[in-house]
Amino acid sequence: MNKTPLYNRHVALGARIIDFGGWAMPVQYTNVIEEHLTTRSAAGLFDICHMGEIDVKGKGAFDFLQHVLSRNIDGQKIGQMKLSVLATEEGGIMDDLTVYLLGENHYRLVTNASTKERDYAWLLQVKDEKGFPQVEITDETAVIGKLDLQGPRSENILQQVVPANLHSLKYYHFIETQVLNIPALVSRSGYTGEDGFEIYAPHDRIGEIWDRLLQAGVDYGLKPIGLGARDTLRLESGMMLHGNDMDETITPYEVVYGWVVNLEKDFIGRDALAKQFSEGVKRKLVGFTMWERGIARHGYKVFKDGTEVGIVTSGTHSPTLEKAIGLAFVPVELSKPGTTFDIQIRNHFAAAQVVSMPFYKKEKQYVFFNTFI
Amino acid sequence: MSKVNPTDRRYTKEHEWVIDNGDGTVTIGITDHAQELLTDIVFVELPEIGKQVKQLEAVAVVESVKSVSDVYSPVTGEVSEANQKLEKSPELINHDPYGKGWIAKLKMAQPEELQSLLDASAYEAFIAAEEH
Repeated sequence: MNKTPLYNRHVALGARIIDFGGWAMPVQYTNVIEEHLTTRSAAGLFDICHMGEIDVKGKGAFDFLQHVLSRNIDGQKIGQMKLSVLATEEGGIMDDLTVYLLGENHYRLVTNASTKERDYAWLLQVKDEKGFPQVEITDETAVIGKLDLQGPRSENILQQVVPANLHSLKYYHFIETQVLNIPALVSRSGYTGEDGFEIYAPHDRIGEIWDRLLQAGVDYGLKPIGLGARDTLRLESGMMLHGNDMDETITPYEVVYGWVVNLEKDFIGRDALAKQFSEGVKRKLVGFTMWERGIARHGYKVFKDGTEVGIVTSGTHSPTLEKAIGLAFVPVELSKPGTTFDIQIRNHFAAAQVVSMPFYKKEKQYVFFNTFI
Repeated sequence: MSKVNPTDRRYTKEHEWVIDNGDGTVTIGITDHAQELLTDIVFVELPEIGKQVKQLEAVAVVESVKSVSDVYSPVTGEVSEANQKLEKSPELINHDPYGKGWIAKLKMAQPEELQSLLDASAYEAFIAAEEH
């Protein structure tokens, strides 16, 4: 199994380690609910070194990415990041990733851990086949470490070790600065629905930053947080997980990613998506809550009037709302908020209702969710 | 940081415990080790009264935030009572797995089955071996 540079620290902190897509990662340090609530009320520090970083630079990098990404990146400024989909020819979601513009014709793609190898091979293939000889594509995953600092007190904590003024850093923007005099890239973004930062620094120095942040955060209630709470946090915030809620057989229009598709430009998967857009989708991913006892899980079947109509992709007990929540694919006619259906839980059926997303929204919005990020 | 496993009962390799109530019934639950592995129990699906189960057949379900686990009956028998307090307070299993966190009572069909189960020290040896 791959280990991040922080592995020994997790073990020393008493974390339970699991195999997450070939990586030995901490699933929890104390317990999931406690870590979840700590992130919502104070701050949490996450080891995200397993995620992928692929740099795309050189002459033609912009044109190349316009060709592979569903999102129009024209107009993106240096210091700005954007969420996008890497689509297959059929319009399926190969990956959902963030695109950082570091300098003119210099981009960094931050990918899911499990999809990085596939993404990288695909990008190299497209570069060769579609004639982008001057574009340089490099896998930086092994040399870049990544930490997420998330929660309402993140800014107070990080500001102690960063010279730049973080308060003026806007959502989905980043700065190249130093953390403890170590060169680092800091973006205001994350995967929890809270204010927070993603921090990128050299792999061999990330441990120093981890230690110092935990120390700086003591008075603010900062705790290390495992992947268990990362999953419940992202689900409460209505964020999807690739490989769980979507994959290459699912298109952006079937999930909530229609807004990252721009049919006005030419890109791989565009024609298939344009066709689907004009015809309309047949199924849709929706959020649901349950009022009966029980928890729906990935793979559970959805029924309407006794007929199987869909499938649950994510489900958990929401620590903030204290009820069962989840995501499911249902026929588009059952996707409106308020619609009810049944979920088979072992040998019984439990009623569920479609709700608008996200399940949880932080009280003091630093930014607004559905603006163009 | 496991608590001491009481010596007044027997254990399965699936991490359940069973105690003989002396009146033909047994009380069952999951072990401290099991609750520690599961953590944060947020839901318990209790068996219906009168349900017939064979030894090591699923009798209840416990769910944590992350996972779903079957609870296997340590003995063959009929469910005579279920711990209704777990409906509102599933965390009792985390806090007191050998006491208030009991799951069900069964009328034993084959009391000799108890002899085939592990005693506390054998169970502890089993956990130790499983972890290495």
